[in-house]
Amino acid sequence: MEWLQQLINGISLGSIYALIALGYTMVYGIIKLINFAHGDVFMIGAFIGFFAISRWDLGFFPALLLAMVVCALLGVFIERVAYKRLRNATRIAALITAIGVSLLIEYTTIFFRGAQPEAYPNVVSSKTFQFLGAQISMQSIMILSVSIVLMLILQFIVHKTKIGKAMRAVSYDVEAARLMGINVDNTISVTFAIGSALAGAAGVIFGVYYTKIDPLMGIIPGVKAFVAAVLGGIGIIPGAVAGGMVLGVVETIVSALGFSSWRDAAAFIILILILIFRPSGIFGKNTREKV
Amino acid sequence: MKKSKIFWIYIAVALVVYAIVELLIVNGQLDMYYSNLFITIAINIILAVSLHLVIGITGQFSIGHAGFLAVGAYISAIFTTNLGFPFPVALIIGAIVAAVAGLIVGIPTLRLKGDYLAIATLGFAEIIRIIFLNIDYVGGAAGMQVDYLTTWTYAFFGVLITIIVIANFTNSRHGRACIAVREDEIAADAMGINTTYYKVLAFAIGSFFAGLAGGLFAHNFFIIQPSQFGFLKSFDILIYVVLGGLGSLSGAVIAAILLTVISLYLQDFPETRMIIYSLVLIIVMLYRPSGLMGTKEITDFFKFNKKAKGGKVNE
Repeated sequence: MEWLQQLINGISLGSIYALIALGYTMVYGIIKLINFAHGDVFMIGAFIGFFAISRWDLGFFPALLLAMVVCALLGVFIERVAYKRLRNATRIAALITAIGVSLLIEYTTIFFRGAQPEAYPNVVSSKTFQFLGAQISMQSIMILSVSIVLMLILQFIVHKTKIGKAMRAVSYDVEAARLMGINVDNTISVTFAIGSALAGAAGVIFGVYYTKIDPLMGIIPGVKAFVAAVLGGIGIIPGAVAGGMVLGVVETIVSALGFSSWRDAAAFIILILILIFRPSGIFGKNTREKV
Repeated sequence: MKKSKIFWIYIAVALVVYAIVELLIVNGQLDMYYSNLFITIAINIILAVSLHLVIGITGQFSIGHAGFLAVGAYISAIFTTNLGFPFPVALIIGAIVAAVAGLIVGIPTLRLKGDYLAIATLGFAEIIRIIFLNIDYVGGAAGMQVDYLTTWTYAFFGVLITIIVIANFTNSRHGRACIAVREDEIAADAMGINTTYYKVLAFAIGSFFAGLAGGLFAHNFFIIQPSQFGFLKSFDILIYVVLGGLGSLSGAVIAAILLTVISLYLQDFPETRMIIYSLVLIIVMLYRPSGLMGTKEITDFFKFNKKAKGGKVNE
């Protein structure tokens, strides 16, 4: 059952992409900014988890929570310091600032601890199960269940709470939301906090699953998660999850077919195809541009 | 003064600068270290000016310029090292292939706007890099041995041709059409400008000169590797254009010179260099989003001609 094995590996990878993609899609949905620094928040999350587990002897779940909290604070800090002033700036200015923030986080991390990679401690038992002939590791189950729980919590926050309603209102129409008495600045900060917390969680999960982390690890998963967000339809939360899963499975299949050095290209080819043929994504609606 | 006369004055000044540097190199006052610095500056100026045409003049936000640099570098290296063509011919072939790559990338992606275009160009640059990474003929990840052929003369005339072509293009009818596309694509369309044509044209010209820079770049080292043409190289080029001022050719040139010299002094501290680069990017965008020069040219400060120039942005 080779294909089942690959499918499970793909879904594990895909759920990491999905968690990062959620942050992209929420931020893009609300302020129309590609937060390039998001991949680096993911990297910081992985390092916080690493220090928590190996230096302070915390378990997997406390480390996960700590990474999420620190990343949420980092996300809000980035938003308040850099992006808030750029609300009315041109799109290019905002995008360049995001690239700048991304580089700043990467190289400040390298400056303080060097560029050498770190081996993640083994916290989740590496037991494997046999299921229809496929090897399913405990880690895959763990990744999948943590991701699903986080996505359900997110879905609950967005659809059942007051702040979620505010987020949806702001992403629909900022001015109207402000006139209705919604505190737009706080809502945007909360969006950044939630998105960054999910990226932090993805960082810890990535570390546990792939066991190697380094300060530049956020670039490629960050860009791929953006591809996942676009694939699902940017701004749409279930779309980000679906996009992440599709991307993870496709990459795993490309690797399994023996083209592992083309794996990164696969994501970009998907991106370009989707941008050309269906720019609004799988779940998106076509909107006509108005003058 | 007449415009053509001013043009020849600039050419004369440029040639004098060239002659002085060449004389110093030939006489040995400037050793390898400094002549290499001048060549690196020249290559970076070509890159900055070619990206300036795409981002600054036509307003198409491309962050995959290193991809075309890679095409130019590899193609010209294949033609000199493996096929034994003379260097100038290889440079031109490399540039033409890069322009073709620009056309292939540009035609589908330039339908996109803003953020999507940025990501698509980034994606294409990565695909180009991965293609070179997987071709054994050019050495794969280990890289390709290249002869050391770039001299100050080639580098200087590369810069001169790039600047003349792009400055003249900008001030021509086509350049004004590109500026119109930058200012408001829908309005330009309504005025009868074929926006897709001009976007692709600017992109292909930008890619052509990036390919030229690639040929010079490849033959300035003894080896080229796909890892030299990653995201970071594209961002390096981007920062020249952004810092210089989106829409200012002389700004791009000045920023390229400044940052090349700065990064030479910081080459032993690559982290510090990148931290400074990123802080500069952020601070410039927060406090002076139009860059150091805005859309002004350095020639605007000398009042040779009082005619209003195209390309002012009201932001």
